[in-house]
Amino acid sequence: MNFLATLRVALLALRVNKMRSALTMLGIIIGVAAVIIMIAVGNGAQARVEDQIRSLGSNIIMVLSGSTMAGGARGGSGSQPTIFEDDAYALNREVEEIQAAAPTLRGTGQVIAGNANWSTSFYGTTPEYLDVREWAITEGRNFEAAEMNGAGKVALIGLTVAKNLFGDQSPVDQVIRVRKVPLVVIGVLDRKGQSMTGQDQVDIILMPISTARKRVLGAAQAKNRSVTTIMVKVRDGADMATADARMRELLRQRHRLQQGQDDDFFVRNLSEILQAQEASSKVMALLLAAVASVSLLVGGIGIMNIMLVSVTERTREIGLRMAVGARSRDILTQFLVEATTLSLIGGAIGILLGVSGAMLIADLASWRTELSASSIVLAAGFAGVVGIFFGYYPARKASRLLPIEALRYE
Amino acid sequence: MAETLIRVERLAKEYRMGSNIVMALRGVSLTIARGEFVAVMGPSGSGKSTFMNLLGCLDHPSEGAYWLDDEEVSRLSGDALAITRNRKLGFVFQHFNLLARTTALDNVSLPLLYSEVPASERKQLAAHRLQQVGLAERMDHHPSQLSGGQQQRVAIARALVNNPKLVLADEPTGALDSRTSIEIMALLQQLNREGITIVVVTHEHDVADFAGRIITFRDGQVMEDKTNVANDAAAMLT
Repeated sequence: MNFLATLRVALLALRVNKMRSALTMLGIIIGVAAVIIMIAVGNGAQARVEDQIRSLGSNIIMVLSGSTMAGGARGGSGSQPTIFEDDAYALNREVEEIQAAAPTLRGTGQVIAGNANWSTSFYGTTPEYLDVREWAITEGRNFEAAEMNGAGKVALIGLTVAKNLFGDQSPVDQVIRVRKVPLVVIGVLDRKGQSMTGQDQVDIILMPISTARKRVLGAAQAKNRSVTTIMVKVRDGADMATADARMRELLRQRHRLQQGQDDDFFVRNLSEILQAQEASSKVMALLLAAVASVSLLVGGIGIMNIMLVSVTERTREIGLRMAVGARSRDILTQFLVEATTLSLIGGAIGILLGVSGAMLIADLASWRTELSASSIVLAAGFAGVVGIFFGYYPARKASRLLPIEALRYE
Repeated sequence: MAETLIRVERLAKEYRMGSNIVMALRGVSLTIARGEFVAVMGPSGSGKSTFMNLLGCLDHPSEGAYWLDDEEVSRLSGDALAITRNRKLGFVFQHFNLLARTTALDNVSLPLLYSEVPASERKQLAAHRLQQVGLAERMDHHPSQLSGGQQQRVAIARALVNNPKLVLADEPTGALDSRTSIEIMALLQQLNREGITIVVVTHEHDVADFAGRIITFRDGQVMEDKTNVANDAAAMLT
């Protein structure tokens, strides 16, 4: 008996017992649909987390000054000025993976406007800073070249500063005094939530780096062109590790560091967070796989159960088939094909249900779901394997029946 | 004497029932010629069913030899026996053993599924046999839509579909009323006249009387083997 004939016999047997076949498939249908929906929801959630992390700036690298070494005691980072404005410009120019690099000079101080005052931090930087932080201006404009070169007396202020100094009034074109230096407000920065350290990111004043150096911070900084940090944004799609490595290489070269000498700067990025997120998504995937395999296992046991019942119920049929010439392997294949066909049809229905279920969830619950081809292929493959695996035992039991006993079975 | 179809020599079969060994058959030797119509009789436990199972290649003998159609089938393996059953034997059972919710035509085609008959010819062969047993009009009926006699006719058509050398009927009228029983026996007699060798197992003398030879078993041995002037079943129906 060839395979096509066996398939036809199996299909006929399944059609003869429609209700039982449908109930048997139910386990597999639910299992496969659950797998697909869970993976779609899981992928969607993961993508959302990724987006959120990206919005915090997962592609931002910070370069900090190195530490001093005085009599064996090492200072903290930034205790010795080792990175300079020109390093930032060089990074911008020479490292392909970098979209923008902004030098910053940080200071803190009291800010006065009219009779209001507020203590905050201020940054001397370049127009690229807003690009790096993906920060928008709600009102006003960014710095212009003339202001950058001429230490223009201008400033961009964050929303918190604007509220505290001006209340509901528009701060644009108003004058604020930062460490007694009068600066004209040219724009207000958009709301951007909090940084990961809990710091309010809108409690900030930005000014051209030349203004900060020459007018606000005063003599100590005016001597050289050192900066506190360089904020670097890596291009979308570029590899963080490559960008990191090429940055280090360029900085070491510019700082004339010998082979084997330590870096005289620190590089920080959010890769720790990415790693944590990767780890958590791995746990998530593992969990999904566990739940999925449990439901498919239960579906498989359902198939085995029904197939065993079916073998017992059809003992006389098996005996008859043997009497008219079926060999054991014909019986074995017939029942195996029946089980596999059940689970494959169940799998197909499960895929349909799963896909439409995932879409429905996206639609009704407005959860983000992402269907993946691999999960569908996996679920279908698993359904087939389950059919063969759990169908084998009942099929073997059927094929080992003795024809005379099977024929007499009541 | 016509050509031999079946020859058994010192055929014996023992069953193990727990610690007891039951001798179901104790050395039976006989021959059946082609074209014979034989009835096998005997009370229950006489070994007639065991003998039938061995003739039907459904079981292996413990001892002795069995030649069917010049082939020693007592030495064949399970798969080879299945092929022998498929090519040379047709079975008719007391309870018909038709597949439920399956058409008469598909029931009759069943043995062909396990043969080398191409799929295209199966339906045609099955339809021909159904016609032969007088059920040309009922090919698409399920067993539940047929009377007992009609179901047994379907079973006979199924036994004939692979053109067997021998048809074995185990109490073929056991589940039928007397008139239907005679109809079925008439059909078997007619098939026998057309050249098919038939062995019927029965415990009813009325049924055995339609055969040309009656073999009676007792205690696992042949007690009596006699020729019989067969009643003509067809004549009794008119």
